[in-house]
Amino acid sequence: MDATRSPAALLLDFCQGIGTVLLQFCQGTGQFAWFTLQSVSHIFRPPFYWRNLVRQLIEVGYYSLPVVGLTAIFTGMVLVLQSYTGFSRFSAESAIASVVVLSITRELGPVLGGLMVAGRIGAAFAAEIGTMKVTEQIDALRTLSTSPFKYLVAPRLVAGIIMLPCLVLVADIIGVFGGYLVAVYRLDFNPHTYLQNTWSFLQNMDVISGLVKAAVFGFIITLMGCYHGYNSGKGAEGVGVATTNAVVSASILILLTNYFLTGLFFAH
Amino acid sequence: METNQPKIQVQGLTKKFGKKVVLNGIDLDVMPGESLVVIGGSGTGKSVLIKCILGLLNPDAGTVKIDGIDVTHMSARRREKEVMHKFGMLFQGGALFDSMRVWENVSFGLTTLKNIPAAEAKDIAIAKLADVGLKPDVADLFPAELSGGMQKRVALARAIATDPEIIFFDEPTTGLDPIMADVINHLIVECVQKLGATAVTITHDMASVRKIARHVAMLHQGHIIWYGPASQIDHSGNAYVDQFIHGRMEGPIEMAVRRD
Repeated sequence: MDATRSPAALLLDFCQGIGTVLLQFCQGTGQFAWFTLQSVSHIFRPPFYWRNLVRQLIEVGYYSLPVVGLTAIFTGMVLVLQSYTGFSRFSAESAIASVVVLSITRELGPVLGGLMVAGRIGAAFAAEIGTMKVTEQIDALRTLSTSPFKYLVAPRLVAGIIMLPCLVLVADIIGVFGGYLVAVYRLDFNPHTYLQNTWSFLQNMDVISGLVKAAVFGFIITLMGCYHGYNSGKGAEGVGVATTNAVVSASILILLTNYFLTGLFFAH
Repeated sequence: METNQPKIQVQGLTKKFGKKVVLNGIDLDVMPGESLVVIGGSGTGKSVLIKCILGLLNPDAGTVKIDGIDVTHMSARRREKEVMHKFGMLFQGGALFDSMRVWENVSFGLTTLKNIPAAEAKDIAIAKLADVGLKPDVADLFPAELSGGMQKRVALARAIATDPEIIFFDEPTTGLDPIMADVINHLIVECVQKLGATAVTITHDMASVRKIARHVAMLHQGHIIWYGPASQIDHSGNAYVDQFIHGRMEGPIEMAVRRD
């Protein structure tokens, strides 16, 4: 069939293909932008569902503590081990404490914490909202004069933005403590000197930049979870796909924005 | 209220999904206190019609008027404030919020719409549950702990809890045994009469039609192909309707499907 078609027709097909992809891309971008704007605007417009917010604060913050804490403690521990094997080659052991605290507060705390929470919360939100969509619970909300954006999405976004910095602050402390344990009890550092080295090079900005990153990551994780859940396809398969997409897109966006945020904070 | 003012007025309603035209210029008036049942095969757009009237879907063309007010292009916010409180909806699968207890489900509209405090809302919820024949001890259970028939009843209690003016029933008896289906049909008739509400039901269960309907509209290929009083349904003189109500394999509907 195709062989008999004129070059003009083939060219037209080609253009049509590109056009379709382009249109789908624009539609997707527009849909996402609209969703984001709607969600953010509903954060500031009453009525506010405080009970939902409290529930999500507990869900995002409190229940993520074990995961984030474990991630942080092992990260701190392995950082000390790794930098010790490296730094001892040129007798720079005294720098280990500073390296550990800077890596954790600036990068590893927010990024690893963010990725772990993305796996936990992004997936949970996408599955929950996706199931609500599939079983018409979101339509039911709307027939009961309740905006799903206000009731479901806004409290989750706020919870993410508030709780991620809290989690990362805890992760910073636990991470440094993990490093301290390995340094003092395994590598026989002087505890006093190690702590002094930890503090002496640490600046406010190191911690604050990490917390700002965490807030942005919290927004990304919860937004991705809600967006993919809200636009979930039909049936169990649709919810499954939404869950995967939520976690993958949140993780990639975290790594991407992390680079730009670091550039913004420390490039000069 | 003027008696000749339709409660729901649908004009030229058209809805497409991609290239598939699901509703093709539907005209429909539902008078106050009327009980209309829309019948039609699976996938003929019955649910889409209801969702367009409710504003859950945006039609591609045509208008929907509620009490004479055009709500077709109303903003989501205004619709929430001014229109949605008139509606109650019983969803096909119940669509109960599974993170909430039964009484919280039933009183959801009361607490959000009318700002009734929780303790009082629970009492009202228990009263509404009694209206649909459920005992107070059900109130503290979660929807997942209930049987299908009980879930339907809770969903019915939720739909009528805010005393809506218009109630929609989306296949209320699907998935229930014949006795429970009759119980639900009976409850629907009772609740609608008690509230004096306008009811729109979509179903393909003829027992439902005969019990609930005052008027019947048959939807086929995006058009309303028959509309008339429920008493006339056995003498409609319409081959499509006859085939549908008797559930025959042979007939014009089957042929139409083959032509597609």
